[in-house]
Amino acid sequence: MTMTISKNKSARGILKQVQGISGVDLSVCYQCKRCTSGCPVSSMAQCPPSEMMRRLHLGMGDELLNSDILWMCVSCETCSTRCPMGIDVAAVMDALRKLAVQRGAAKPEGNVPLFNRAFLKTVEVFGRTYDIAMITAYKLGSGKLMADTEKFPAMLKKRKIALLPPRGADRKTVRRIFKKTKEDGAGK
Amino acid sequence: MKHAYFPGCSAESTARDMHRSTLAVAEALGIELIEPQGWTCCGATAGHQTDRTLAAALPAATLVKARDMGLDLVVNCAACYNRMKVANHEIAASKQVQAKVAEAVGRDYDGSVKVRHLLEVLLDDVGTDAIQDALHGSLTGMKVASYYGCLLVRPSGVTGFDDPENPSSLDRLVSAMGGTALEWPHKVECCGGGLSMSRTDVVVNLTDSIVGMAKLAGADCIAVSCPMCQINLDMRQLDIAKSKGNRYDMPVLYITQLLGLCLGVAPQRLGLNKLMISPEKVVKAVYE
Repeated sequence: MTMTISKNKSARGILKQVQGISGVDLSVCYQCKRCTSGCPVSSMAQCPPSEMMRRLHLGMGDELLNSDILWMCVSCETCSTRCPMGIDVAAVMDALRKLAVQRGAAKPEGNVPLFNRAFLKTVEVFGRTYDIAMITAYKLGSGKLMADTEKFPAMLKKRKIALLPPRGADRKTVRRIFKKTKEDGAGK
Repeated sequence: MKHAYFPGCSAESTARDMHRSTLAVAEALGIELIEPQGWTCCGATAGHQTDRTLAAALPAATLVKARDMGLDLVVNCAACYNRMKVANHEIAASKQVQAKVAEAVGRDYDGSVKVRHLLEVLLDDVGTDAIQDALHGSLTGMKVASYYGCLLVRPSGVTGFDDPENPSSLDRLVSAMGGTALEWPHKVECCGGGLSMSRTDVVVNLTDSIVGMAKLAGADCIAVSCPMCQINLDMRQLDIAKSKGNRYDMPVLYITQLLGLCLGVAPQRLGLNKLMISPEKVVKAVYE
């Protein structure tokens, strides 16, 4: 692993922020790389999880928030399960994603935040996911209009996609949850 | 045996077959499943990737409903199961999280409702002996690759489900049904889960490796217990064939569909027609 540390450029204080959001003590990582060995996307990503931990130690914030691993990570939790020091690496990844979105750094691999927003919006409105609305919002936002369209006829025929929005959910409570957590998040 | 049952959102869309086969199997084995009225989405991957309080509060909204019913909560979707377990864990471990969740949900909740996966109910409460007594058909001659994926077994300290590196719950059910439970190395590899739409490239690579390994191990079908695993392994075979030229023609069934077949439930009640790769050879084997 070769890393270039650029002075005055890195988002200082990122280590503290990540620790604050994730509740994880990052100082105990001793670079054994078990997280990277088990990571299903480490061979596809530029910055595998162990390197992400090292970059955090070095305060290399900008590089990290722009790193492709944030949006390739599949949240499989293999890293958290295998870490000999019990570090919840997946929670660190969640914290970095949150910071990347907040700072608008999630541009190059921005489709995942877009998908997450589309997904959560239907939950906020209907109390449960509503695939057609989510897929439409995602396709319009990402410009990937034709992706998977060849499967739609079969999926509709097999009723694998519901046409009507979900009914019966306690929408009131869900709206309250979104409202309260947004207020809480905005205050930070 | 009476339980609150959380179907999860995909039970109403991509995984109606999981839901229907769950209900059919429960009925055949005398397990009473009651949906909490007004249950809501667990937040899934999008939830925890976005905000920690949101990710704990969304499951808590349904967990509170199960508490009101005085029942434990049974979940079949591995992803929902995981989110429910993680929420319970985080709420019980921190007063601060508990307070934030209570404020968001509008109800107090301490993380104490017991969350169980359907597999745990089948194996621990019903037991393989009783299941075998109830069988009308068998998987004799079928080699089944049990695929657990991520969210049942990880993080193991939180889900506490089986062995995180080499689980055997699905295999025990396959054996009870007379099938051959294959030893194969990709039981707990990741299929790409919720990245199916946003990073299809990643998912196609991962599922190619998993289905390819099952084929190499000699599997006739793959057994799963998660709607994300099912749709990724099943539907993405079409993309694998197109982009990589690998044709596996590997049926991917929910364990409840396999169990339903062996319990003598009519195939149309198990949603077998919803699978993208035809399970015909599996159905034939059970009826032979």
